[in-house]
Amino acid sequence: MLGTGLLQGLAVTAKNLVGSFHDPARLPTLEYPEVQPQLPEAYRNFPFLVSESAEDPMGTLRCVACQICEKECPPQCIYIEKSKDKKPDAAGKQQIFPAVFVIDTSVCMSCQICVEVCPFESIKMDQVFAIATTERFGSLLLTREQLAKPNSYYHQIHPTEAAEVDRRLAADRQAAEDKAKAAAAAKSAAPTPPAKPATGGPAA
Amino acid sequence: MTPAAVPPDRWLELAPLQLRDWVTGFLPASLQWLATGLITIVAILAVFGLLFAYLTLAERKILGRIQNRPGPNRTGWFGLLQPFADGVKALTKEDVVPRQADPVLHYLAPVVLVALSLLGFAVIPFGRHLVAVELDAAVLYFFAAGAATELAIFMAGWASRNKYALLAAMRALAQLISYELPLLLAFVPVVMLAGTLSTTAIVAAQGGWTLGVLPHWFVLTPWGFAGFVIFMIAALAESNRSPFDLPEAESELIAGHLTEYSGFKYALFFMAEYFGMCALCGMAVTLFLGGWQAPCAALECIPSYAWFGAKLLTLLLGFIWIRATLPRLRMDQLTRLAWKFLVPLALINLGTAAFWSLTAGWTGGLQLVRWAVALALVAGPFVLLGRRLSRGVAPRVYRYASS
Amino acid sequence: MSAPDSSFLAPPAGSQVRAVHDEFHGDLLEVSMGPHHPSTHGVFRMIVTLDGETIVKLKPVFGYLHRNHEKLGENTSYLASMPYTDRLDYLNSMTNNWAYALAVERLAGLAVPARAEYLRVILAELTRLLNHSCLAGFLLQDCGCSGTPLMYAFREREKILDLFESLSGSRMMCNFQRFGGCRVDPSADWLAGVQQLTDGYGAFLDEFEALLTGNEIFMARTQGVGRLAAPLAISAGVTGPVLRASGVAHDLRKVDGYGAYPQFDFRVPLGDHGDTYDRYMVRILEMRESIQILRQALARLPDGPIMDPKAKLRGFRPKAGEAYGRIEGPKGEIGFYLISDGSPNPYRYRVRPPSFINLTILEDLCLGHTVADAVIILGSVDIVLGEVDR
Repeated sequence: MLGTGLLQGLAVTAKNLVGSFHDPARLPTLEYPEVQPQLPEAYRNFPFLVSESAEDPMGTLRCVACQICEKECPPQCIYIEKSKDKKPDAAGKQQIFPAVFVIDTSVCMSCQICVEVCPFESIKMDQVFAIATTERFGSLLLTREQLAKPNSYYHQIHPTEAAEVDRRLAADRQAAEDKAKAAAAAKSAAPTPPAKPATGGPAA
Repeated sequence: MTPAAVPPDRWLELAPLQLRDWVTGFLPASLQWLATGLITIVAILAVFGLLFAYLTLAERKILGRIQNRPGPNRTGWFGLLQPFADGVKALTKEDVVPRQADPVLHYLAPVVLVALSLLGFAVIPFGRHLVAVELDAAVLYFFAAGAATELAIFMAGWASRNKYALLAAMRALAQLISYELPLLLAFVPVVMLAGTLSTTAIVAAQGGWTLGVLPHWFVLTPWGFAGFVIFMIAALAESNRSPFDLPEAESELIAGHLTEYSGFKYALFFMAEYFGMCALCGMAVTLFLGGWQAPCAALECIPSYAWFGAKLLTLLLGFIWIRATLPRLRMDQLTRLAWKFLVPLALINLGTAAFWSLTAGWTGGLQLVRWAVALALVAGPFVLLGRRLSRGVAPRVYRYASS
Repeated sequence: MSAPDSSFLAPPAGSQVRAVHDEFHGDLLEVSMGPHHPSTHGVFRMIVTLDGETIVKLKPVFGYLHRNHEKLGENTSYLASMPYTDRLDYLNSMTNNWAYALAVERLAGLAVPARAEYLRVILAELTRLLNHSCLAGFLLQDCGCSGTPLMYAFREREKILDLFESLSGSRMMCNFQRFGGCRVDPSADWLAGVQQLTDGYGAFLDEFEALLTGNEIFMARTQGVGRLAAPLAISAGVTGPVLRASGVAHDLRKVDGYGAYPQFDFRVPLGDHGDTYDRYMVRILEMRESIQILRQALARLPDGPIMDPKAKLRGFRPKAGEAYGRIEGPKGEIGFYLISDGSPNPYRYRVRPPSFINLTILEDLCLGHTVADAVIILGSVDIVLGEVDR
């Protein structure tokens, strides 16, 4: 009969009206500034650079300015200038470092490609999303100093992933040390040319 | 109708009038009639102005709840200051007038609209003693004033010099002409049975109770119920509310006749829409729901204007509920619904009402026959016309690919 | 099926529409709907010529959102195009990713492990639920429903987006598929979340259908409106639910049997009238089939790796050749055509966007109907301007 479909629809909306008062599934709104969202661990926003220590972020950046991320970045929002000199990295090896590392977050599309291609686990995705600025050009162009965040922060936002990365880095370091030790032992035993040098990073 | 007829314990009933007389008492006798009139106008403006403000809030809240979101809740406690924030915003916004528009008509349209939509309140009896103007032909006056509002909408659409607004204006006129007829035909039975065009007399005709609990409202008779439903459908269309909001159909015509309006003029259109809605609902309460009459004798201690307000709010909530649920009709469907469904039903309802009025003397078993015949006269045409109207429109069964 | 003129259905007859105006009738009105219009679903423009409210001519104008997608793809590495595919049809990044990954896998000869294939099916069907729910919501919004069905659809979409976010890190721009597999292996918690969503989705669809499928106004607005005949649909290259609503049984999941789809038991709903109501209902029924596929996929999800061990992330250079990868996206056949010259960038990168090709029939669908119908016909074709304009 004409009108039954209309009444059925009215019943559904009435059910939702009443349900919104007692059923949380029918009122899923999160009142944002008061209630902060529970971000999933995988949530990604803009990249940051991992440094080993919080005290000396510029001295302990993992980045070795290899420029792979700069080349792979789809919107090309990363700009890197290599340093002229070298300084020891976290493992104590002499490495060049980024003299300039800039990410234009007004261009960045948070795709995570830079993180995936980085062989040194030195660039990771941040979770800070309240990043409005009052100035359009300078404030959105993040420099090396603004991008550097300590490894402990990385552990805080992506605990599982960071633990795995640390394990992998420790294993690499161990392997490098073992190899160095073996090489030294071999050198002291018989002066033969050293074995192939250890590769820089973990497998991609 | 004299205050003396009311028992002394119902002082609340008279309180508004006593307050008015107390204020006018300070003035010389020669000015009292003027003051009385002005106070009535101010009271109506204040009450319905506030009702408009909070109706918008209620609409947004209820619509929000129906859509599983809380609605405005930031301005003041539970968002209670939201209407005033909106008012301030509307007042401080830039008023943009298109260069090509007719400036005089463009300016006048919202003003005329609000003025015309307020006229209807004059004859609605809000309480036992609360009616601004006692007119013998009150119902006629009400619908004449209400019909004029669509002219203002046409004015707005025409003066904007905008194609969307023009389409909306034409839709508004077509809608007005189509729905004025069922609206008028729906209340004719009331006039027939009450024997008067005066709103106060119509309310008085619905007084009394059977066994003290069953009120003698017209809506509780077969013809009254049919008339009420037709009246409400036509009222939805007259006040341009969903599902008949074609003149301002935002998915097709952007904002229809409001497209070129901004700032406070825009707010005035909304004010007029809500005033019109309140007036039509108030008239529906008066004509079919017993006006200010209490639903049973025991509840008469609650003042009459409270009953009127409660009934009015119920109807308004129904409008909001319908808006939250139903999709919009198309223009040709809208007119077809009026001419091929509502008008015939309303005409048949005249016959039903005539039958009801002629058989007023039937008692006992004949009473049952009277109800059965009247119900059949209401339901039969509804089913038959409904089937004819929705021919070819039905849920479908779907097949699946054979692979 | 011819409708009797006394019913709601009677459409304004196309043959009676005047092509030109003469002195006995008024002028035709040319209205530019869009690019800023509430119902053009983005920056799309229809130049509509009206006789009263009846459409006598409709010229679609697009390109407002053109952003050189294909040329960008030829100037970046294969991997770097993956996040750009998210932004084609921004509702369905997972299926766009899959179609692109499929093309590159064919080009480079990569095999996808079984677990990744199942995962792709799960994500594609979730995307289908998401897209069709949104479409139903938007379509009803275009019919003038004050947002209620749209909000219900978005309520459910939110749950799917939360799942996408906890898996891939992003709600809409997932960038999840990789050449030779998927990026992340989902946890047991995530799979339980999908299971819970799958179990609850049927109830949502029931409620949604109770709200409007049987609604007389909705049926009157959509039945018989915007009929698309099967021959026209085929010759115009229309795909997806729009084609199936016209009664053509063509679903790449069955036709190509790509991925893990041959292992699942599901049906392909078909419409008989090809009108707006059929396009809406076919999608509702497809969602019910998607729930069945999800159930089966979750029950049988195999263990194992999610990446082809041969797949390389850095220095990816497929040997010279060409490949076309297509899948049944929620909107139709989404395909990527790639030519490799052995360099890190594709030599040619071409997208076959379902929205764009489905949109070409808009004028045929709209002629003889009213402005109000044009809006819901456009809504039922289901376009996303990111994909139309690329």
